[in-house]
Amino acid sequence: MLATFLNDFSGGLDFIFHQRESVSGGVSVGGSQLWPLLETHLRVVIVSIAIACAVSIPLGLWLGHLGKGQFAASSAANVGRAVPSIAVLVFFSAYLGLGEVNLIFAMVLLAIPPIFTNTYVGVRQVDRDAVDAARGMGMSGGQIVRRVELPLSLPLIFGGLRTSTVNVIATATLGPLVGVLTLGDPIINSSVYGPEGRLGAAILIGALAIGAEALFALLQRIATPAGLRRPKNERRAWSRRAALVPPSPTSPSAPPAP
Amino acid sequence: MTLGVLAQVVIRERTQTCESRNDFCPDWIAHHYDEYLSPLWTHLQLVLVSVALGFVIAFALAVVAHRRRWLVGPITGFTGILYTIPSIALFTILLPITGFGFWTAIIALTSYTLLIIFRNIVTGLDNVPEEARDAARGMGLTERQRLWKVEVPLALPEIFAGLRIATTTTVGLAALAFFAGAGGLGAQLMTDINFKSNIVLAGGLCVLLAVALDLILLVAERLTVRWEFEG
Repeated sequence: MLATFLNDFSGGLDFIFHQRESVSGGVSVGGSQLWPLLETHLRVVIVSIAIACAVSIPLGLWLGHLGKGQFAASSAANVGRAVPSIAVLVFFSAYLGLGEVNLIFAMVLLAIPPIFTNTYVGVRQVDRDAVDAARGMGMSGGQIVRRVELPLSLPLIFGGLRTSTVNVIATATLGPLVGVLTLGDPIINSSVYGPEGRLGAAILIGALAIGAEALFALLQRIATPAGLRRPKNERRAWSRRAALVPPSPTSPSAPPAP
Repeated sequence: MTLGVLAQVVIRERTQTCESRNDFCPDWIAHHYDEYLSPLWTHLQLVLVSVALGFVIAFALAVVAHRRRWLVGPITGFTGILYTIPSIALFTILLPITGFGFWTAIIALTSYTLLIIFRNIVTGLDNVPEEARDAARGMGLTERQRLWKVEVPLALPEIFAGLRIATTTTVGLAALAFFAGAGGLGAQLMTDINFKSNIVLAGGLCVLLAVALDLILLVAERLTVRWEFEG
């Protein structure tokens, strides 16, 4: 069984690196023909994440600063998870038509909840003493948001970005269903690309997601303000303190990272 | 011939009704909802089996990691990588090994629940107050008794939170299980992706299923974790 799998797997890798003729003939697929698919895939991911950030980070900061919208934050996190992305995607194609606009719109909807919730939770978990101290120093509300709450919630915000980016990379795979040729094309139209193409694209998408995850883990580390980086022996105490917030019945404490 | 006539009748009927305008059609849903019951049942099975399997595996891993702290990092790392692999990719990668079917989907869905449940159980066990542990030690409980009678019960709120997140997540992911040929509401949705009522019904049932399972877990939590709610 392992031998068969390794054989299939190397077939998939071969598809990624070498061009060949499609199963139905006439079109060449694989190898360098994957570049346009990769390019479209990445463009969709970057544009959707940028729009989602522009919407949800300011909103999360604002609501978190005011301490309002607990219900919105928790239900966005909870129900948002269960809405099948594929249903959202094909549903809006009826209004927005086939194409990149529709795909990006659905991806933005998918990317907003994790970024919004993490920003909101990030601001709420900022030490109240720090906020009070800032107020005592005469900072205005806006200054507190910009200079205290935002930096201190950056690790969680990056956690949300990471989740959303990985999700969007995964879901942009469905693009061909609405006429956008992303890396999902070999998977969805596997009769054209053949089983090796299907597997090759899956490997590529998996690698892309893991790469994005690693990149954001690094960014998250860099973005953590020095004041939050504890020496090694204190770290455990810190993590225990951070986890102490009990999950309220209405809002299961979402793990911040993945 | 008869089939052709039948098709024409169907087409004519469609052109005159709400369906042809591709609106959201309550009448159509009322007449066709029974076609969705079997996919819904498959969907439920996919969710229940994979969350149950995931819980058993993650619980065992968490108990081991609770004793041997150094294991927490590697296990979180490994389950984290599993969690990162896009579901469509994982379903596809598994196809050459396990073929199309229910269990291929279960393998993938189970692997996604591991990280969520494992991390919450470990956090829950870590959050048990040191005093409770000391008291248990003072009462002469063995390490095993302490785990089952003190630490696990006190960690139940976090464990339930993990189960709830894992369940709603799995309901959403199972909508893509048709890539592994496992049916479910996703497969039903794919039968006509241009018909809005179909999309709304299949997608809506997914959300309803998630909400229902979430409520059941919430009630189970309230029944189990009495001390949290009775003050």
